[in-house]
Amino acid sequence: MVSSPLYTIPASTRAAGAQGSPAPATEAAQAAAPRTVADVLRASQVEAVMDELDSDLVGLAPVKQRIRDIAALLVIDKLRLAHGLQAATPSLHMCFTGNPGTGKTTVAMRMAQILHRLGYVRKGHLVAVTRDDLVGQYIGHTAPKTKEVLKKAMGGVLFIDEAYYLYRPENERDYGQEAIEILLQVMENQRDDLVVILAGYKDRMDTFFQSNPGMSSRIAHHIDFPDYTQGELMAIAGKMLSSMAYRFDPDAERAFDEYLARRLRQPHFANARSVRNALDRARLRQASRLFADRERELTAAELTTIAEGDIRASRVFGQ
Amino acid sequence: MMTNPTGRVTQGQFSFLPDLTDAEIAMQVDYGLRKGYAWSVEYTDDPHPRNTYWEMHGMPMFDLADAAGVLQEMNECRKTFPQHYIRLMAFDSTRGVESVAMSFIVNRPSVEPGFGLVRQEIGGRMMRYTVHSYATDRPETERYTG
Repeated sequence: MVSSPLYTIPASTRAAGAQGSPAPATEAAQAAAPRTVADVLRASQVEAVMDELDSDLVGLAPVKQRIRDIAALLVIDKLRLAHGLQAATPSLHMCFTGNPGTGKTTVAMRMAQILHRLGYVRKGHLVAVTRDDLVGQYIGHTAPKTKEVLKKAMGGVLFIDEAYYLYRPENERDYGQEAIEILLQVMENQRDDLVVILAGYKDRMDTFFQSNPGMSSRIAHHIDFPDYTQGELMAIAGKMLSSMAYRFDPDAERAFDEYLARRLRQPHFANARSVRNALDRARLRQASRLFADRERELTAAELTTIAEGDIRASRVFGQ
Repeated sequence: MMTNPTGRVTQGQFSFLPDLTDAEIAMQVDYGLRKGYAWSVEYTDDPHPRNTYWEMHGMPMFDLADAAGVLQEMNECRKTFPQHYIRLMAFDSTRGVESVAMSFIVNRPSVEPGFGLVRQEIGGRMMRYTVHSYATDRPETERYTG
């Protein structure tokens, strides 16, 4: 039986041999250690992230403020580290609540990218799931399923849309509870590896948290997405159009403003989502208007312009 | 086992090196993930070189982005089988490759008894030779218990 090696494995004496080398490295790090907020900002991309967020997303003041706070904490943590003070990773699990179309999913997608660039998550990918991806159909199916999803999300952000569906109070043998327990365990123990974002409508999320107090207390950031004002919706429409290489002519812009005012008073208004749908329908009408005239040569301007008539033809104006 | 002077089973990558630390394993796993490999964890208590297919611990992990998930599975396996051989394998699904691209041992029993040469006399004065693992002389649950 030969259980002890007959020769020294190369580099196995690393601990003894390498004692001299780490010391100069720490000295170098201390020499370059940041002393002011500006130093850290220069070294990281925090400011670029903030500017991009401001220009890309309309409204959403509470959300932007929270991201700014998280970014500030990162900067201060770096400064603390330079003084040898400990900087534990903060809990970054979040809950997004708000009415339909207020940008919960959009912000979650951006959040993965933002947290990655701020250095809070290692890979910065987003895994978006719903109840079906986490909860199994028979006994013993849920745990492996949930764990697989969690493994995929490691190093990034796990986004659970319509999270309140996980808990079904009317069925006490529902497997959703099992998924919640596994989720809680990972949220607590592997905070460095994974950020969980729950999203859902305000009232139903409140009920969900009431029946799962453990979940509520493990989420540090409860962010409420406010409804957009009419002005903000106009700005969103403008951004959507330019991203699709369309534009309103001045009359159409007035018509769309009027359209929004009418649509806001109607039931089932889903904020930005309704704006997107309205624009998609306007594009369809523009297309059939141009289609009708077969022999005409169309200019780029005509192909990109949405006219007043395309908006006015909407059902909303008929009522 | 004088032909293998490290006194340890040397299968797969890095097996002549000192054991990798978890941080080093994470770096190897990340390398594989960047190449698009799917990692899986396997264990066995029979380290015979011709024992190719070890027992799977959980499913192979496809679509991972970060090493943390693989390490979590590996640590669960270590907790369940502290005295077994455990290896990580990376499967390359590229068309035409479709085989294991990386494989290395991440856990070993505290004592590795090694292998013996078995001679079998057959017709005439012929001899047949084979390799035999001392560990497998004992029943499955009692191997490597010291």
